[in-house]
Amino acid sequence: MATTTTTAVRVSPKKEPTQTGDIVARWVTLLFAVGLLAVAVLLVYELFIGSAPAREKLGIGFLSSSKWNPVTEDFGALPFLYGTIVTSVLALLISAPMGLGAAIFLSELAPARVSNALTFVIELLAAIPSVIYGLLAIFTLVPLMRTVVEPFLKSTFGFLPLFQGPAYGVGYLTAGLVLAIMTIPFIISVSRESLLAVPREQREAALALGATRWESTWQVVVPYAKLGILGSIFLGLARALGETMAVTMVIGNDPRVHASLFSPGYTIAAVIANEFSEAGGKVHPAALIELGLVLFGLTIIINGFARLMILATTSRGSRRS
Amino acid sequence: MMRRMPLAGVAVLIVTGSLCLAVLKINGCGATFPEPIYQKWFGEFGKAHPDVQINYTPNGSGGGVKGVTDGTVDFGASDMPMSEKEMAAVKGKILHFPTVMGAVVPVYNVPGITQELKFSPEVLAGIFLGTVAKWSDKRLAADNPGVKLPNEDVLVVHRTDGSGTTFVWTDYLSKISPEWKSKVGAAKAVSWPVGLGGAQNAGVTGLVKQTPNSIGYVELIFAVQNKMGYGQVKNSAGNFVKADIASVTEAAAGAAKDMPADFRVSITNAPGKNAYPISSFTWLLVPAKIADQAKARQIKAFLHWALTEGQKNATALAYAPLPPAIIAKEEKQIDAIQ
Repeated sequence: MATTTTTAVRVSPKKEPTQTGDIVARWVTLLFAVGLLAVAVLLVYELFIGSAPAREKLGIGFLSSSKWNPVTEDFGALPFLYGTIVTSVLALLISAPMGLGAAIFLSELAPARVSNALTFVIELLAAIPSVIYGLLAIFTLVPLMRTVVEPFLKSTFGFLPLFQGPAYGVGYLTAGLVLAIMTIPFIISVSRESLLAVPREQREAALALGATRWESTWQVVVPYAKLGILGSIFLGLARALGETMAVTMVIGNDPRVHASLFSPGYTIAAVIANEFSEAGGKVHPAALIELGLVLFGLTIIINGFARLMILATTSRGSRRS
Repeated sequence: MMRRMPLAGVAVLIVTGSLCLAVLKINGCGATFPEPIYQKWFGEFGKAHPDVQINYTPNGSGGGVKGVTDGTVDFGASDMPMSEKEMAAVKGKILHFPTVMGAVVPVYNVPGITQELKFSPEVLAGIFLGTVAKWSDKRLAADNPGVKLPNEDVLVVHRTDGSGTTFVWTDYLSKISPEWKSKVGAAKAVSWPVGLGGAQNAGVTGLVKQTPNSIGYVELIFAVQNKMGYGQVKNSAGNFVKADIASVTEAAAGAAKDMPADFRVSITNAPGKNAYPISSFTWLLVPAKIADQAKARQIKAFLHWALTEGQKNATALAYAPLPPAIIAKEEKQIDAIQ
């Protein structure tokens, strides 16, 4: 993710490289960089070409329509776009505070040995395949949501439309929760690294000025590491947006827009994975490819937004200092 | 670097070339429902014919149709016959060979119910349309006298991935309910009026097992393997029938009499006193003209073997074997492959 480049130090060569090794290295690395760019461009090109039949038939209405009927070949992206955004936002609402809190504990408060051991375990969590998370969710989280969590939310916050309707156990809320569990390791791991990278002098200066341990952490260290922390959150968001297996197993796969978080929904990645291999005719596969294009657009918008946010916060910070 | 490349290329050619001479590879792909028996068949056939290796990728019925249409595989497999439109998209002619039969059954999870529930076609369509919304609905109670059904909402679970199973299920509902036909229709993936979606047979069985008061549909073998309760369905003769090998075979026997020459036939809602109404063939899709004569010979040999020796494996894996009348007809079609 571009948003994680916290310490981009560019060493530009002052003079033309003269040694052959330098020249070779330069061309090889340039080739790799251009190759990556070419992959991205090709991806968009292929998605664009592949989605042509759907774009011709459905037009711009594809984005706002909430129909999904393979029999009449009438498709719309809205339920999937909505489900993707709702589950990802839910996930971040849970994982960002928890992840940041855990990272602060690990980097600032815990003894080094405990911190290292816990970090090792957390990084293991990040390596677990998503289908495992999905299975765990089906067998433990879904019954828990259906019998305990959702009835509780319904009885306490039932006046909000968000918490109404029957509790199936599968739906937006459960999917968001699974995504939160899956994104937390990323947030902890990257945030902890950036907190640890804060120079010791910063902490010492704050403490010398009479700040308590928590004041020095919250008012000096965390703002200093803000870029890295934001980066970790957007890394988590990127994972949540594109997550497929774990989500499709617990979201209920219902291509409709529902206000209630208990309702079954659908996400873009899940519908592509579920329907692509069996999609018949011309329009159905093309509509799924167009959904891929929509997801690509969504990530571009979100990453652009992240960039802007980072720009805004860093310039303000430098002005203050 | 560049100068060495051709040499490496020649080496690769030699290696792969010699492999090709040793074993003839035949590739197929398609339906997941018959995969267990196909894998068994390809293994057994390979043992008897060490010079042939048949590879099968279970990528779904749609994948099978796509594969033979594009010519990327030597044969395809599908749980639904190709439509006229799909046939027209193929350059040559594709022949359909029914191989075995299966059934799709309603599976449910209603706490407190230990009896086998009975479903009339109208109630089944009503449940999946959302008009029969409670387990205690009068129409459902009328089918199940003496069963104390709870006053709970029915939670419908359906397949979310395109699948031959969904085609068989919706094909049946379209035949018995005009409302279903006009509102939803029959296809591998449809716009469901109500319910949750599970991915694959396993996703549906998982959701139904987990969720009280739910109902879904799966291939018979998945219900048996997962020890789930599945219901009896009222057939066109008015009898409630449970899906098993005998009742599926009887459904096919009815169809065998007026089997079309190209074997593209649906046997849902088949006549017959004890015929299970949600039964289906599964087909192998083979091009009528195969350019590679060695391949053509082996594919013909395999088809013949599958229709004779292979049928003996069917019942052990919970598939119904084909009626002899259909096998005799298919043997004639095998001869038509060139």
